[in-house]
Amino acid sequence: MTVSYATPLEQDRRKAGRPKLVSKRVLIYGALLLWAFIALFPIYWTVSTSFKTAVNVTQGHLVPWVDFEPDWKGWRSLGLSPDTIGQTSTVREEFLKRFENSLIASIGASMLAVAIGSLAAYGLCRFNYKFAIWRNKDISFFFLSQLILPPVVLAMPFLVLYKELALLDTSVGLILVYTLMVLPIVIWIMRDQFETIPIELEQAALVDGCSVWGAFARIVVPIALPGMAAAFILSVVLCWNEYFFAALLTSSNAKTLPVMVASQTGSQGISWWSMAALSTAAIAPLVFIGIFLERYIVKGLTAGAVK
Amino acid sequence: MSISPSLAASRQSRPASPLIPISRKNAGRLLIVFASLALSGVGLVQILFASGVTAAGFENWRPVLYAALAWAATLGAGQVMIRGERGQRALFLLPAVLFTALMVIFPTFFGLYIAFTDWNLSSFEGRQFNGLDNVRTLVDDPYYWNALGNMVFYVVAVLVQYAIAFILALLLNADIKARKFFRVAFLLPFMLSPVAVSWMIGKSLMEYRFGPLAKLARFLGWDSPAFFTTPWIARLSIMIMDSWVWIPFIMILLLAGLQAMSKEVSEAAKVDGATPWQSFWQITFPLMLPVSVTAVVLKIIFQLKLADIVINVTSGGPGGATDTVSSFIFREYRDRSNVGYGTMLAEFYLVIIIIFVVLLLKLVSRWMRKVT
Repeated sequence: MTVSYATPLEQDRRKAGRPKLVSKRVLIYGALLLWAFIALFPIYWTVSTSFKTAVNVTQGHLVPWVDFEPDWKGWRSLGLSPDTIGQTSTVREEFLKRFENSLIASIGASMLAVAIGSLAAYGLCRFNYKFAIWRNKDISFFFLSQLILPPVVLAMPFLVLYKELALLDTSVGLILVYTLMVLPIVIWIMRDQFETIPIELEQAALVDGCSVWGAFARIVVPIALPGMAAAFILSVVLCWNEYFFAALLTSSNAKTLPVMVASQTGSQGISWWSMAALSTAAIAPLVFIGIFLERYIVKGLTAGAVK
Repeated sequence: MSISPSLAASRQSRPASPLIPISRKNAGRLLIVFASLALSGVGLVQILFASGVTAAGFENWRPVLYAALAWAATLGAGQVMIRGERGQRALFLLPAVLFTALMVIFPTFFGLYIAFTDWNLSSFEGRQFNGLDNVRTLVDDPYYWNALGNMVFYVVAVLVQYAIAFILALLLNADIKARKFFRVAFLLPFMLSPVAVSWMIGKSLMEYRFGPLAKLARFLGWDSPAFFTTPWIARLSIMIMDSWVWIPFIMILLLAGLQAMSKEVSEAAKVDGATPWQSFWQITFPLMLPVSVTAVVLKIIFQLKLADIVINVTSGGPGGATDTVSSFIFREYRDRSNVGYGTMLAEFYLVIIIIFVVLLLKLVSRWMRKVT
């Protein structure tokens, strides 16, 4: 953490009231550091606990190498430590399978949602639809209102429906539900994106003889690509974390990572190191997305909120 | 939405788009009729088979799904054939509308039907229509009403989250170094799955014996830091976890609002000698109202679905003190296999939150008009 409290330059900027300014800066940075600690400590705790042995857990040792010697114990129980990585491990296979399921479900659903969501958002902000008494505004509201729908309402009918369709415990089934879940958000983000694209570009393409779809594919999509990326990444995060539907609609075959983590929570008792290793492995992709793709997450979250 | 007429106008002024030949229109109509017939044919065969009238049919309903997909594709193609360019435009919207309609409308109505049956997955008798029995049970179910009461607490807690998020957004918007680091650090909790958070915080940081938070609490003088044994403390602990995950979401929205605000107004206030306190309440806060309302309403909508953390940390305990409606219904499905009753609870909840959200939006928009 490279944070200095008051650099000379800042002190020079305002000569009057310097003591007051300095104390204000100390206060600001103090608050920032406090919250950064609150936000990061649980993550640090989880990662470090995965390297602890029982004694270090019960005694609450915190700093590796200083008050405890890191040990691969937690990762060994997952079959992911250096000495077990070459051997066959049923736990690791299980973990990798769940990981793969999560990946398939979240990426598949996000792709589908971004595809049909972008099309719908484009249509809604460029053309006037009329479907019986429904206009664009009503159709948009119809999509957005899906956000309100709590998962519990759909869960049971889906369980029965999927049983009849033989989609229970399949990734395809999960993809469909997750698409439904993130579609309103994707449409919300993409409508905001398309509205910022000047209409003249498409008009020029239309005059040149492009069809509506040609203009969309050749002119609009390349410009809207960053927006689509934002919608996609946000969807992946939301789907990756989803627990409710996954817990109800999947069992042995298509079970995702959150369900595995949840089922281990109860059974592991005090073997914190292995729970910590599992949690670390489950949140690692998200932490990386958070660090390296933060821009897109913020872009996706703030779309349409600020006018 | 104001731009759409211009594009529509520009297309009409284009050199007359080629008229669609009648034969093509008819072919398109024929195609749609044929596809609809095929879909209803497949559906009918399966319905008759499932109800035991005929012997021939499919093993499951999957073929009906394929038929529905084929029907949707044909409908799109037919639209283009019949209506030409207007059909092409409709094609943008059709996939999303059909998808949502199929995925939502059918389950909702089917759910309504289930809600009036005594269906229990663990009983062998299958479902029986039982009229208003479920409603009667619901009215007398203290745990359900208790869960609804808890939702009131959880929704009100959003305001506290909003206040903290606002402070954080202001801090991030201040003239600071390493803003990128702080923004990433603050945002990270939002990325993590509630299930992992349940273990990370609920089951280990707050663990009675060895959890660092429990140790800190002991150090601060709370002798028995049990976070999940007394109702109010348990509720607060759940809310702390939820806040940890969700405050970044509100914060990011507010930060975007702060950054979009023009600096001139607040500088002018400073020149006029307003204290920071005054300039916040009289300039920043009112200007931020629209963003604030969006953030709070969105968060309330998400809050109404709160379940994962409760399911995984307390299972609603102690004595239902932390139960949300979703987690209560989840256990009704999961532990008691009580499908019919659980669905009735869910549908009832849906009605309540629709009324609540509509009222909320109405109130907010009226209030906003009065304020601005």
